[in-house]
Formats: sequence, C-alpha cells, structure tokens
Amino acid sequence: MIPQEFEYSAPKSLDEAITLLGRGAKPLAGGMSLIPMMKLRLAVPDHLADLGRIKDLSYIREHSGSLLIGATTTHYAVESSALVRSKCPLLAETAANIGDVQVRNRGTIGGSVAHADPSADYPAALQALEAQIVARGSKGERAIPIDSFLADTFTTALEPGEIIREVIVPIDGAGVGVCYQKVAQKASGFAVVGIAVRIQRGGEKLSMVRVGVTGLSNRAYRATHTERALEGRTGTPAEIEAAANLVAQGVDANSDIHASAPYRTHLAKIHAARALAKALARAE
Amino acid sequence: MATITKPETLLGKRIRRREDPRLITGTATYVDDIKMPGMYYAAILRSPHAAANIRSLNVQPALARKGVLTVFTGKDTEHAGSVPCGAALPGLRVPHHHLLALDRVYFVGHPLAVVVATDRYIARDAAELIEVDYDVLSAVADPEKALAAGAPAVHPQWPDNTAFTFHQEGGEVDKAFAEADVIVKQRITSQRLIPMAMETRGVVADWRAAERALTLYTSTQAPHLVRTLVAQVLGLEDNRLRVVAPEVGGGFGSKIDTYAEEILMAFVAMKIRKPVKWIGSRREDFLCTIHGRGHVDYYELAARRDGEITAIKLKIIQDLGAFLSLLTPAIPTLSVLMMPGLYRTKNIRADVVGAFTNCMATDAYRGAGRPEATHGIERMVDILAAELKMDPAEVRLKNFIHNEEFPFPTATGLVYDSGDYAAPLRKAMDMVDYGKFRQEQARARQEGKLLGIGMSTYGEICAFGPSPATPAGGWESSQVKVEPSGKVTVATGISPHGQGEETTFAQITADELGIGLDDVIVVHGDTSLVPYGIGTFGSRSTAVGGTALYFALQELKTKLKKWGVTLLESEDVTLADGRCTCNKSGKSVSFQEIAFAAYRAMKVPAGAEPGLVSTYFWEPPNFTFPFGAHIVVTEIDRDTGEVFIRRYVAIDDCGKILNPLIVDGQVHGGVAQGIGQALWEQAVYDDNGQLITGELMDYAVAKAPMMPWIESGHTVTPSPVNPLGVKGVGEAGTIGASPAVVNSVVDALSHLGVRHIDMPLTPEKIWNLVSAGGGK
Repeated sequence: MIPQEFEYSAPKSLDEAITLLGRGAKPLAGGMSLIPMMKLRLAVPDHLADLGRIKDLSYIREHSGSLLIGATTTHYAVESSALVRSKCPLLAETAANIGDVQVRNRGTIGGSVAHADPSADYPAALQALEAQIVARGSKGERAIPIDSFLADTFTTALEPGEIIREVIVPIDGAGVGVCYQKVAQKASGFAVVGIAVRIQRGGEKLSMVRVGVTGLSNRAYRATHTERALEGRTGTPAEIEAAANLVAQGVDANSDIHASAPYRTHLAKIHAARALAKALARAE
Repeated sequence: MATITKPETLLGKRIRRREDPRLITGTATYVDDIKMPGMYYAAILRSPHAAANIRSLNVQPALARKGVLTVFTGKDTEHAGSVPCGAALPGLRVPHHHLLALDRVYFVGHPLAVVVATDRYIARDAAELIEVDYDVLSAVADPEKALAAGAPAVHPQWPDNTAFTFHQEGGEVDKAFAEADVIVKQRITSQRLIPMAMETRGVVADWRAAERALTLYTSTQAPHLVRTLVAQVLGLEDNRLRVVAPEVGGGFGSKIDTYAEEILMAFVAMKIRKPVKWIGSRREDFLCTIHGRGHVDYYELAARRDGEITAIKLKIIQDLGAFLSLLTPAIPTLSVLMMPGLYRTKNIRADVVGAFTNCMATDAYRGAGRPEATHGIERMVDILAAELKMDPAEVRLKNFIHNEEFPFPTATGLVYDSGDYAAPLRKAMDMVDYGKFRQEQARARQEGKLLGIGMSTYGEICAFGPSPATPAGGWESSQVKVEPSGKVTVATGISPHGQGEETTFAQITADELGIGLDDVIVVHGDTSLVPYGIGTFGSRSTAVGGTALYFALQELKTKLKKWGVTLLESEDVTLADGRCTCNKSGKSVSFQEIAFAAYRAMKVPAGAEPGLVSTYFWEPPNFTFPFGAHIVVTEIDRDTGEVFIRRYVAIDDCGKILNPLIVDGQVHGGVAQGIGQALWEQAVYDDNGQLITGELMDYAVAKAPMMPWIESGHTVTPSPVNPLGVKGVGEAGTIGASPAVVNSVVDALSHLGVRHIDMPLTPEKIWNLVSAGGGK
C-alpha cells in the first residue's frame, strides 16, 4: 500500500493519546478499516496515533454484573475468551462472525464501534445488549448508551478529541437465549444483514426481547417493533414470524449492487425469524 | 552386471511439484523482489473519467516535489509507437493505442503521465500533484447500448462503435430451421470478469546505454512475445533486449498481452539511463489489466422432435473495451469455432459484432472464448430438453459425435482429434446415481424443497496451435543440455506460472533418458537462457512444449547411442534404463559416462560433434480437443435464494495424464473460477464507465471456504496429434463448471417455470424468481 505521507505516533498511555488527538491526530486501532481507506487515499490523515502500544487498553474483565472490554481487545480475543463465551455468548458469537481470521486477529472492538460502519457486526450485538461505550477526552470520562453513540453512517457521538476506552455489556442470568445470524457479503464479509437477538423467558412468557439489526440502514438499530410484539407472548412460530416481519418497520433500507432495498428488507425478516427461533431454543 | 538406476517410469505418477517449496517458504523471486543499485520508481497518473478531453495537463507541481527525477506525458511518448494488437480480422478497426493518453482519455484508468522518483511513495504522491483539466464527455459502458443509435462514440472517428463484424456459416442453416419440429431461442450473457492473478503486474527495466542492452523483468506468460513486440514498438534490436519472467504469481491469460506499462518502463529506462520499477496496485490491476468474457449471445437452436439438433444460429455481441489488447478481437472467434460443442450438427451460422465501450479491454481469460461457447450451447441443450420434455442427458447422448467418426471435421472448420463423448457423461451419472437422484428430487419437491441437478458436457480446443491458426506462431521449442556430469538442463520456450512443468517436463526427460528426476532441472522464462518460444496459454504447454521436448529427447538419444557405439566399439547397442549396452558382450556404459566422454571428446563418433545438446522446434499438425462431463447437485434456500452446491462431480478427459496430482490441481482451480463466474463474480461498470466492483471488497472471487468438495475422475482418450497422447487441462474446469452450475439451479427451479438465468446467480435473482413462481 502506498498511502499519502503522514506523521506516526505510538503513545504509551491513553492520556498521551488524547493529547495527540487534541493536536489533530487520528486514532489507529486494528486498522482494518482505516488502512484500506488510506490505501485508496479515501482517508488522508496527516497524523496517526497508534493505540496498539497502550498496554492497559486490551482486557476483558468481570465487574459487578457486567463485562468490561478494553477498546483495543481484538475480535479473536473476544471470540475465544472463556469469560465472554460463558457470560456474554452473544458477543462471542458475533465476534466469531466478523470478516475472516486475519481481520479478527487485528481488528478491535473499539475500532469497529468508533468507525460505525453501517454493515459492521458488533453494533447489532451491542444494540441487543444495550451496551455502554465509555469515552474519555481531555475533560474526563463519560458512558454513552450504544443507541445514542451510533449517530449515523460512519458517525458517532464521540466529541473531537474523545477516544473509546471501554465497552460495557451486561451479564445475563439463566434463561436468556441469544443468537447472531448474518448474511455475509461474499467479497468483503461485511453483513448484508446481521441480526442479534437476546431473549429471556420468565415462566411461560417472554419477559425480555432485544433485537439489534445491522446492514439494513444508515446505522445499526434496535428493532423495537419486533421486541414489543414478542414481549409478554409465549413465542409460538406464528408469533415469531409476525414479530420478525416488523424488524424493518420505519427503516429506510440501503440499496447497493450486493442487495436491493426490498431484498435486504426481506433478508432481515427471514433472518430475524431464524435468529429469534434459535435464541428461543437456546433459552429453554 | 549393470546396476539398474531407474526401475520405474515417472509418467502417470502423483509426483509433488518441485516448484512448491520456494513458493510456500516465501523465497521465490517475483518482479517486486528485484532491486537494483540506483533504481528509480515509477507511478502512473490514471484517468478518473471514462471519457474526457484533456484541456490541459500541468506537471510542474509534481516536478517541484523533492525526489522527483522527471515526468513523462503523452507528448513525450507520442511517437514511441502503439500498444500492440496481434489479432487480425478482415476490416478490423484498430485504434491507435498511445502509451500515454494524448488529448483524450477513453476509460477509467487510462494512463496519462508517469512520474519517476527516488522511491515509490514520492512517485505516488507526486502523481497526485499533477493538475489535469478534463472536459468530461458522455461514456458508454454496455456493449448493446454502445451499438444502439445515438450512443456516445468511444472513438469519434467510428460513431457506430463497431470494431468489426465477423460471419461464419456452414451447411444449410435456413433449410434446417424451415424444416425444424422445434426451435428454441434464448439470450444468454457471459458477464465481464476480472482475471485477478494474486501477483499484480509489474516491470523492472534496466538499460545499459554503453552496451545498448535492455533487460526487462516483467510478470508475463510470454516473454519472447514481449521481447519481439517491445523491440518493435521502440525500434530496438531484439537481440539487445532480454526479457525475464521471474516467478509469476498467476496470469489466467491476463499476462499474455504486451501492456503499455512494459513498453513505457523500457522507454523510461532508456530516457533516464537508470533502472526503473513499476508495480501495479490491486486497484490498477482491476482497472488496467485485461478483463475476460463480456458476451451478449443470442442463440437459436433447430431440432427434431426426437431431440436431434439440426442447426445452431448464434449472434455474439462482444464487449471489447476502448482499445484492442493483444488478442482482444480474436477471442469471440474462438467462441464461434467451438459453438457446436460435442454435437454432430453441421449446420451453423454465427455473426459476431465487436463493440467498443469506454471500459478496459477484454481479452483471454482462462478458457478465452470457449467458456462462453460452452455455456451457451450447454444451456441451449437444456432449454431444448425442457421444451421437448426429454431428459437433458438423453438429448446429449443423442447428439454426440460417434466414436467412429473421429477425426471429425466440424462445420466451423476444425477437425476434432479423438473422443468418446458418452464415456465421461455415463461415468459422472453413475457417480451421482442420476436415476436415484431424480427420485429424491421428486420427493424433495413434494416437501417444498428446491433441489436441482445439472450437467455440462463440454468440449474445448487446446494446444494452441498450428501456426497458421495462432497469431505469432503456434509451435514451441525445447532444448536439452546434458552437462559433463550427466546432469540435464531442459530449457523450454513455454513460460510456466503455476502449471507445474518444472515437474512434468522433468518426468518426461527422466523417463526418456532413464535417469532420476533429481538429475534434471527445467529452466524457462528468460529469453537469454531459452530458445525463442511462444509461451504458456491456451492449455498448450504440455501438448506443444512437452512434445517439442519429447522430440528434442529423441534427437538426443540418437546422439547418445552414437557415443555408446563408439565407447562400446559395437554397432549392436541398446539404450535403456540410463545405460547403453552392447547386445553381444553385455558390456555397458552409463549415461554419466557417455556425458563425460562427449565433453572429453577423446574419440568423436563419425557424424557427431562434441557435447550433448539437442534443440527442437515442434510445429503441431492440429489442435487437441479435450472434453468431459461435470454434474452438479444444488439446493436452494427458498427463503433467501442462496445456492448451495451439494455435490460437484468432474469427469475430465484430457488425454494421457502425466501427473495426476497436477491435473487435479488444474481441475480444482479451473472449477473454482467457473463456479466463481456462475455464482459470484462480475465486473460492474456503471453508466458513466466507473468500475464499481474495483476492489476485493466488492468483487467476490472464490475463496477456499466457499468451495464445494470436488469429486474428480477421468476417462482417457489419447490424442493422436502428439506422441505423448496429451490434450491439455488448464482451462477444462473453468469451461465445464459454469453451465453445469447454472443448469443445476435452473433444474431446481424448472417446476416454477424458470428456463434461464444469467450469471452470476445471485441470491437476490433466485429469490425474485422463486417469489414470482408463487413460492410453490
């Protein structure tokens, strides 16, 4: 690759990185999106701050009912973590579906979320998990709910100079079933449509249904119509199908050479039904 | 008693490729691995527009950049000649193809200027500083739209966008159509594809002014052709130009051509008097390495009620792109040659229109014209079978050329060498248990499942070829050098880049000379090391180059025997198992002893000279015609339209097999690219001539996890054209695969009224068809 000339810094601490960002540097995490864009010169940053040398930014920890995942934790680390697999299997399943082995070895959760690609896998799961994104800037730290964080295509709630430090996801108790199901674009591996489901059964009824959708529109979103249609129900096949049919309600679907808007919408419904059924089976 | 050095023959054995250790340990030398003292780097400024006039071009900002040596533009290369087209057709319009655009650009990626700098990063950055004022014009990127009235003219001097028309006819077509019981018609496309070699193109040019000697290292399939053409274009004597194809990371036909960049780097090196390197980026390779296919075909088949095909009509609209690359206009004529497939009909009519578009040139891509022809006829046979409510296998068996009819002259002017066309089909049908599958399919349909089986019985034309029928000649050369130690160096005119001839040619040599495989090395790809050769393409390397080697070895054996006679002092000698033995005394001399004696030359045999070298140029009397049958079982997810290949059976007849391991590899790779065309790949230009599948993020090549398991088998019908009995297998998989996959998917949907689907069979297309079929 032959990018345009740029300055390169490798800060040793997050505060150092924030200082560099204040001077206009662009943060580089795994580089799985930024580097291809620089290769094509669609991104021409003057200055890169490589977060890879910041030691205390890659971790997976359990803390008072949540999992804390450091921003530069790779997809492979998430996918293969025994802790994530047992405490937040939806995130592990999603990580395992990202791109290919090479991408999973280098790509990071913070980088993926900060990039806010509308076809990225993680955001669907993070929506279903109602995750919090912890951002730090020169003025301090704040936790941003994922739904407000994902503002638009390639656009987040991060302020200039802010950097993601951590992603917080809840640890679900017994009786919760999850599933991530995607249609991968054959060339890139990105989600044409990706559906993340988290269901809790309380007795006969479904006490909680969370559905995150990626690939379909300008940003990953919660399919609240689907969620409401199922909560309080028992989850019969007919109920699942009816609820899945609401997954794209009110959504302006994307259209490109890989899938037209009507086909994408159709895929979202089909895979929502499949993911709901699978999650339900796992919740039993 | 003489020791037996080599008890068994090597031909026909699964011998591992001797090329692989260097490839899998990363120690092979590709063009970009070549570094020279004082070498400069070139970057090329390319047009972002498909059609535009250049109002002005200001290179000053690039020249001002530190590290930039110089910049060349179209004005500098205006008189440096034209990128060559080697194909000739009556009335062919060949646009002058300047090395760098002069006052107009014709496709996205069209080179405008070359920046020469001390490193590649500076060169690239400086290229972006060049200021170009474009007057953007309307473009046309679709061949049918290009031929329509009022379309933008790609070349203003030819407003009809027609480069040529080509007509071929045999038999009594009109009569056959008039008397037909049934006529079926279909428009069938074969989409534009990107050949996608793993190694992008690249060139290092090294000019030694004092010697007037130029060395060009280039990623090519045909180094001697590059030498001849670059020398011609630049007015350099060809004996002062050395072309080296180092390790070449795939070509698939796309590196047969002599490209603008090869001539351009030679031009630059001669101007700056320093070595210069240019390595194409993946993006440049997408935009500026030839594309494949690009057909719109209109087929009509006439037949009797019993399934006998009585005539074929075909109109081909070939998307040529803006300029004619080395073989561009010849490719659709290969489709015409193979349009009857394996079938007996002598009544054919073909009309080809070559259409200019504001796109990259199309040219030979694995199969080159034959995949299009095979896809067309194999789809049409299925459409005919559906029309007649006959089994597609039955229609094929009814129309195959009979075994006793070989050599079979076709209506298109070819003579098929040998064949047993029913054999691979029957074998493939047995392997899939065809009858049982049809029952299973019927049950599956009851349950609402979409299950299909499809076949293709392909024929291809290989071993290019007799010289009168092949641009630049179709012979091949080989030189066998026995060193004084008895070790053997084979130099071949072919230029392998993945085909494994360093292994198979060593097998041929070791067997003929009765020596060990490790006693032989095979060199290629350097015009200063090997006799003039044609190169590697058209599944010709073993059938033509291997045969040249075979004959060189026969000459060498005659020489060996002469030395044996002298050394053994007997006329009655036998050459076998690496020894020359006197039949009377039983005394013998080894191959190594003969080799030493030939160079020591104490007593030179009558009619011989010292040394042991033999060179042979072989002109083939005919092409070879491999064939085979591929059967594919598919299942379709009716909710999403996604196609899953459940079984892939490939029975290929490539004549005699020298190394089954290499043949398997060729079939697997070919099938991968054929399935790729059938299901995933397509080069998409938008209406403005922008290539929107210009990155691997958008262009889906087959990857290992996407591939089905391939059940491979063979029938063996030796070719009478060459003494090895070989036919060629480099392109067979690609040719057989796409119609088998599409026929299978159409079969799965046939009960919904589906008769044809154009490639690629995207899930969305299938889903639309399933939905339109009432979801039954």
